[in-house]
Amino acid sequence: MANSKQAADGGVLRVGAVAYDPKVITIWEGFKLYFEGRGTQIDYVLYSNYDAQVNAMLSGAIDVAWNSPLAWVRSQLDTNGGCRALAMRDTDRDLTTLVLVRKTSGLAALADLKGKTVAVGASDSPQATLIPLEMLASAGVEPGKGCRVVYHNVMVGKHGDHVGGERDAARALAAGHVDAACLLDGNLPLFINEGTLDPGTTVVLAKTPPYDHCNFTARAELPAARYQPFVDGLLAMSFEDPRVRALMEMEGLRRWLPGRTSGYDQLERAVKRFHFYA
Amino acid sequence: MPESVPNAFVELEDLAFHEGVPVLLRRALGPLKPSELLEVHGDASEFVENLQAWCRKEGHAYRGAGKAQGRHLIEKGTVDRSVTRPGPEVKEAAKPAWGLAPRGAAVELGGPEFSFPLRQKREVWGQELHTIYSRAASNQWAAAKDIPWSELPKLPAEVEGAVCQVMTFLTENEFAALYVPARFLARIHPHYREVSAVLAMQVADEARHAEAFTRRAEEGGVGLGTTAASSQLSLQTLIEEPDFSTAVFLLCVMGEGTFLSLLKFLEERAPDPVTACLMRLAHRDEGRHVAFGMEHIRYVTILEPARRATFAAAVERRSQMLASVSGLSPYVHDALVVYCGGGVQPAQIRRGASFVADLHREMDRARRERLQALGFSGQDAEALSAYHTKNFM
Repeated sequence: MANSKQAADGGVLRVGAVAYDPKVITIWEGFKLYFEGRGTQIDYVLYSNYDAQVNAMLSGAIDVAWNSPLAWVRSQLDTNGGCRALAMRDTDRDLTTLVLVRKTSGLAALADLKGKTVAVGASDSPQATLIPLEMLASAGVEPGKGCRVVYHNVMVGKHGDHVGGERDAARALAAGHVDAACLLDGNLPLFINEGTLDPGTTVVLAKTPPYDHCNFTARAELPAARYQPFVDGLLAMSFEDPRVRALMEMEGLRRWLPGRTSGYDQLERAVKRFHFYA
Repeated sequence: MPESVPNAFVELEDLAFHEGVPVLLRRALGPLKPSELLEVHGDASEFVENLQAWCRKEGHAYRGAGKAQGRHLIEKGTVDRSVTRPGPEVKEAAKPAWGLAPRGAAVELGGPEFSFPLRQKREVWGQELHTIYSRAASNQWAAAKDIPWSELPKLPAEVEGAVCQVMTFLTENEFAALYVPARFLARIHPHYREVSAVLAMQVADEARHAEAFTRRAEEGGVGLGTTAASSQLSLQTLIEEPDFSTAVFLLCVMGEGTFLSLLKFLEERAPDPVTACLMRLAHRDEGRHVAFGMEHIRYVTILEPARRATFAAAVERRSQMLASVSGLSPYVHDALVVYCGGGVQPAQIRRGASFVADLHREMDRARRERLQALGFSGQDAEALSAYHTKNFM
């Protein structure tokens, strides 16, 4: 692959990221400077959606992709497992999704959602749509057949990075338009604090098992000599370093951890069950 | 695997996360070391879901349910909000990362570095700063309530005109004395807050003087006089001085020091009680500014005696830049003569001119005395005093 060779030969490691918010530029300009200070040359390439970023990584236009969990699953599918998860945030590990219902609904178990309406986030959101729907289906409530699914498609293509879809789902629940809403565990206190949900009006009907979120993905053939300085730099990044403190807060982490691939099975099952990439 | 024994316990009862659970969690986790365990008990709905999400966001690990119902274990994370404690004493150098933290406070690490260029004690410090500041704070007066404006008499036109011209000159100089400390204030590291506080009071004093002097000019019905080009040139060389200590020397020791003689003279020769009161109050303020200048320059020259030579050079340099200024502006000189002579009759002029000549001698004497108090030799003091701008400030 010509492009791949080109990327491998160039000294600069090209890292892809999806521009889901203007702060992405601030973050990556800062990271670029940080790596420069360590003698590691990186550059960033922004994409408007994860599919374009995965294509770029697979074609060798970029060396490393800062991938959503769904982009990771697609990368693995397209390469028959030929990708490597290099690193992830501490906050990317062991997330759960809550299925929330109104306290007065009388609903007590997932099976009770049969014939009901379930609000989810964007159609490509792992945390607010695919993973909880997979849990519903496993419990015998097939989305679209056993229950009606209402999508809240904010920024489709960005895999649910924007919290807006989940917020709209929570609003639909609070307004009584739907019977249940799926949202990331960390967003429940956020939505209560900001007033989207009234405290004490909802209960957690079910919770998914823990799963993992984003990771830096590289093709397996990318030599370690190319990506290791980048990974070392990430793992050495300190929350107490004023050069990167604000960037880490913006990116939502306290420290970078080595990549792990054990937390994506629920999403893999969902992608398969719902023929997401069929 | 050894049994996990919690290092601390916190009872949350039925408190919900949105009701403040994180407050108690942070208080309980604060004293623990990384990897130590906190056991919590809570009964609120969705407690465990919120607890898990909170732990992940804050960098702690949720370690599952405890032994009893409603109990959970949290392992404190390795990433802590570490702080440094620079201590309450005044340091020789202040670190940029201490930023706006008050001296004596703990400073969280990871904050931004501030670019306060003046961050060494030797660059800004002096003795007695607290005393100078306290006096300034307790001696604040207000033009609206502390000046007997109703006692202003109708003066002869030529005397009123002279008062207004003097007020114009004073106000120009007060602006310069306001802008010089103001320019440096934002450059001084907050660690040396006593210096910033003294300078801030100077700025406030000068703003008040400018207001009061302008009002005096307007109150008599004549209004402000003329600002001379030579005065402006002299003041420009003062406010553009880039070095803090040199600027303090030129402004507070040489300029405001000279003004002490001027204000005392203007009080004693004032044609009316309002002007006399204004001069007295302004003199009291300027005395503190001179005290700061003396303390700072004394501190600097004790540490670095060679700085005296640079201060002397600055006075000479300024004198060369002002070579075109042959003397005090005629507007000001003539006004002073009429002000203290009491009118424009030849006898009054003779009397006034004599007083003004005395004033120049007194200014020179006081300048030499202050310079010698700062360790300049009698010969150097005499030369420097002679080089000082003819426009007083």
